[in-house]
Amino acid sequence: MKYKDYYDILGVKRDAGANEIKKAYRKLAHKYHPDVSKDPAGEEKFKEIAEAYDTLKNPEKRAAYDQLGSYQPGQDFQPPPDWSKQFGDTESSFEGIDLEALLAGLAAGRHRAVHGTGQIRMPGQDYEVTAHISLEDAFRGTEVELNLTVPEYDGKGFLRRVPRAFKVRIPKGATDGQRLRLAGRGGKGINGGRDGDLYLNIALHPHPLFRVSGHDLYLDLPLAPWEAVLGANVEVPTLGGPVYLKVPPNTRAGQQLRLSRRGLPKSHDREGDLFAIAQIVVPTAASEHERVLFKQLADASTFNPRGHFQQEVRSGN
Amino acid sequence: METRPVEAVWLTEDHEFSLAELADISGLSEAELRELVDYGAIKPVNPDSPQWVFQGRCLVTVRAACRLRVSFDLEPQEVALVISLLDRIQDLEAQLASLRAQLPHRVR
Repeated sequence: MKYKDYYDILGVKRDAGANEIKKAYRKLAHKYHPDVSKDPAGEEKFKEIAEAYDTLKNPEKRAAYDQLGSYQPGQDFQPPPDWSKQFGDTESSFEGIDLEALLAGLAAGRHRAVHGTGQIRMPGQDYEVTAHISLEDAFRGTEVELNLTVPEYDGKGFLRRVPRAFKVRIPKGATDGQRLRLAGRGGKGINGGRDGDLYLNIALHPHPLFRVSGHDLYLDLPLAPWEAVLGANVEVPTLGGPVYLKVPPNTRAGQQLRLSRRGLPKSHDREGDLFAIAQIVVPTAASEHERVLFKQLADASTFNPRGHFQQEVRSGN
Repeated sequence: METRPVEAVWLTEDHEFSLAELADISGLSEAELRELVDYGAIKPVNPDSPQWVFQGRCLVTVRAACRLRVSFDLEPQEVALVISLLDRIQDLEAQLASLRAQLPHRVR
């Protein structure tokens, strides 16, 4: 079993009082709580902090933890011989059990008593996990394989960490940040309590072409100057395959051309839209012939793209 | 590998929960949920009806409320305040993401 230094995790001395421990926990929880913190490592860090506080706030658990002795964090250790007699169960086996599960075993002693008499119903634990999927997968729906390590009571009523693998079908309708609830796919309920749920948080990988806003998509549409002026029929990619888009004459840069219902599908509603944002681009190296033609255009045109500068300056005065 | 079929539900406006369902799933009591409604942290779809119904995404909010209450040992009023502020941050982040999506990226 690997040792964890709960005092060190909370940054308090071993003789710290209950108030000091609470204060240290609150300060760290504020910093790392996944609902409040933006730190990507916050969730793991918070679990560690919560585990440490869960033991140190409870005098019975803290005494049991203190009796284990003090080791280096991560060091392998075994509880002293009389430990389980004093705090746990005489038939305890520490094989494959971690420190949190060992200390939870104190509660599990009660749990087993409860389990045996079948008195109290307890709902199973909810699991929450983030599924990273591509935009194409969100468009079509997909299946993901999830591997979690979850605390579970074994046949003898001991809490152990066990690996569990799930195959989950993500129906179409996903977008970034959306949650999917899979009822009953969390931890097993106790004494007839309902099983916990599995919550999937959908995170979309960035796409090289499409940007996502809810179920709408945005695509930059580069146009040659003459396409923007004269109008054109251009092929544009969509998640369902390429389509032709009619670019109207005199299209300005930044103008959004809507491709209705070519965005992400919604679960119970019509699809989102795809917006192509016009961008006027010029050739990086114009040929001699092109330069001549542009020169002719420059000479013939009366168009002044900066005409409003002077007007604005005049009205500003 | 778990492969048994299961109902997968998007927590959006498409799916609704009754007050009793929300309490059962979230771990907060109906009384605590009513308090969150009183403080304006969550809103039923039909506030005037005796049988409140909530949008699916309310469950996300309520679960966060439950976690915050346990983690920080908060009073219901404090939970409601935190939840309202987190919701506002989420709305603003969504607006920011939407505006960013509309900014041209590839200028060649």
